[in-house]
Amino acid sequence: MWKPLALETRYELLKLVRLPVFAIMTLLFPLAFYLMFGVALAGSRATGGRNLALPLLGTYGAFGVIGVALFSFGVGVAVERAQGWLLLKRATPMRPLVYVLGKVGASMAFCGLVVVTLVLCGTMFAGVRLTPQQLVALVGSLMLGSIPFCALGLAVGFAAGPNSAPALVNVIHLPAAFASGLWLPMEILPNGIQAVGRWLPQAHLGQLALTTIGQAPNPQPLWNATMLAAWTVVAMAAAVLAFKRDEGKLYG
Amino acid sequence: MRNPTTPIAELTGISHRFGATVALDQLDFSLRAGEVVALLGPNGAGKTTLVRVLMGLIRPSEGRARMWGLPPADPAARRRVGVMLQVARVPDTLTVREHVHLFSSYYGTPVSVDDTLTAAGVAEFANRRFGQLSGGQRQRALFALAICGRPDLLVLDEPTVGLDVEARGAFWSGVRGMIARGCSILLTTHYLEEADAIADRLVILRQGKVIRDGAPQAIKRQIAARKVTCTTSLEPHSLGAIYGVRSVAVAGDAVTLLTDDAERVVRELLARDPGLRNLEVTGARLDEAFLTLTGGQPGALPLSPRGATSSTEGGSRVEAVGA
Repeated sequence: MWKPLALETRYELLKLVRLPVFAIMTLLFPLAFYLMFGVALAGSRATGGRNLALPLLGTYGAFGVIGVALFSFGVGVAVERAQGWLLLKRATPMRPLVYVLGKVGASMAFCGLVVVTLVLCGTMFAGVRLTPQQLVALVGSLMLGSIPFCALGLAVGFAAGPNSAPALVNVIHLPAAFASGLWLPMEILPNGIQAVGRWLPQAHLGQLALTTIGQAPNPQPLWNATMLAAWTVVAMAAAVLAFKRDEGKLYG
Repeated sequence: MRNPTTPIAELTGISHRFGATVALDQLDFSLRAGEVVALLGPNGAGKTTLVRVLMGLIRPSEGRARMWGLPPADPAARRRVGVMLQVARVPDTLTVREHVHLFSSYYGTPVSVDDTLTAAGVAEFANRRFGQLSGGQRQRALFALAICGRPDLLVLDEPTVGLDVEARGAFWSGVRGMIARGCSILLTTHYLEEADAIADRLVILRQGKVIRDGAPQAIKRQIAARKVTCTTSLEPHSLGAIYGVRSVAVAGDAVTLLTDDAERVVRELLARDPGLRNLEVTGARLDEAFLTLTGGQPGALPLSPRGATSSTEGGSRVEAVGA
């Protein structure tokens, strides 16, 4: 189990790194957003003189890792399924769990890369100072907290085709990120959006990340973690259903 | 004589439906150690479904499937099988060597990566990414993935579709290497000539049933036929009713009959139509004869005008005919 898992993770990560579209979508987008809103606007009048570089590190970090997980799973699985590649792997003695965990491992490693890049930017350009404990807590919580989104992506990957999957991922990803206060602080969003957003896993990951760097207005890490775990279970159930439905369609 | 050991693969009373389509219909099949079996049949005959049932990728609606006495999805069974399925594309960004390295880790006693690359004939492009390979190179790389686990059975689903003659030759020499090591083979193909050249047993499927099963020589003898061409005023339906006529094809005013008993059919034709002209009797090509077998009811006749047509590419690619 361990050797195949290690290799699966390693080669999944290589696949992600070698795919320019993926790196651009998942690394450059959060970075560009963070540079614009967190760094360029730091201390400007638009933010009422507040330095948003630190809190936005948490929320854009969450935005970044969510994108990695949703895209690597949603699009990756949809494409491999459509190609018949997944079927070939399933015909080997590879355990299905190895396939999923390999992708989780690769996705989490890439998540770590995204968060560390954001932290470096904040530190170099916007005067962000994290203690070592904060850094570890931020990176660790965001990497682990990407798991529910891996599960969501897995469900999308089994439900959607290779052409519709990227669109579907964006339709989930962008509005949910906005409603969850990952782009602008939750407090300044309209009440109606807040009412929906507070139940989304994106919001809970954002709040958890803010908590680790002392920026959550109302820290509830246990509640956040519970909600994320609950979403993981729901998304896994959806993924299993979508897989069964897809399996029934095998025709040839 | 076949090896009397227990079967590697055994299907008993397998039926499988996709919605209203019956893919496999009360099918029995077994494969013993050392056999090289070719599954033949037109598209939709059930070849790929049969392979997927054997690989444990489909749970059949009815019946029992066993590999070495185990359920096909059991990892202990899968460790002894190498598979090539019809894969549209492979993750492009990994090299052949990387893919082989990963697949080898799934098996208990894999061949070393370098030996696999050599045996599959992919060593010279092992460090190229899958996305940069030609069609023939890609099939050989997929073959490398199939043999890396030291399989006792190699399952090849349409392995040579779309390959040119040269690439096919290279591919089959790799397969012969595995046969020489005692590996059993189950392959599906459209190409009768290929099946004939490599297999020691042909199994012909039609509409989810086995309609012929035996040594290539015996099957060829069974399906050998002659072609009777003429210009006649007789209706195709009455021609089809003549005893011994397997199929009727009309092209312009010429009629072509495929038959096992040309003399008898000619006598009957001349008796029924005194004005019959342009009579010609020739040997039918094997693929033409095969087509009537897979296209029509066993023992009965496909009476559509396109009953016995459609052999292309100068070889013997058999198309699905009037099902």
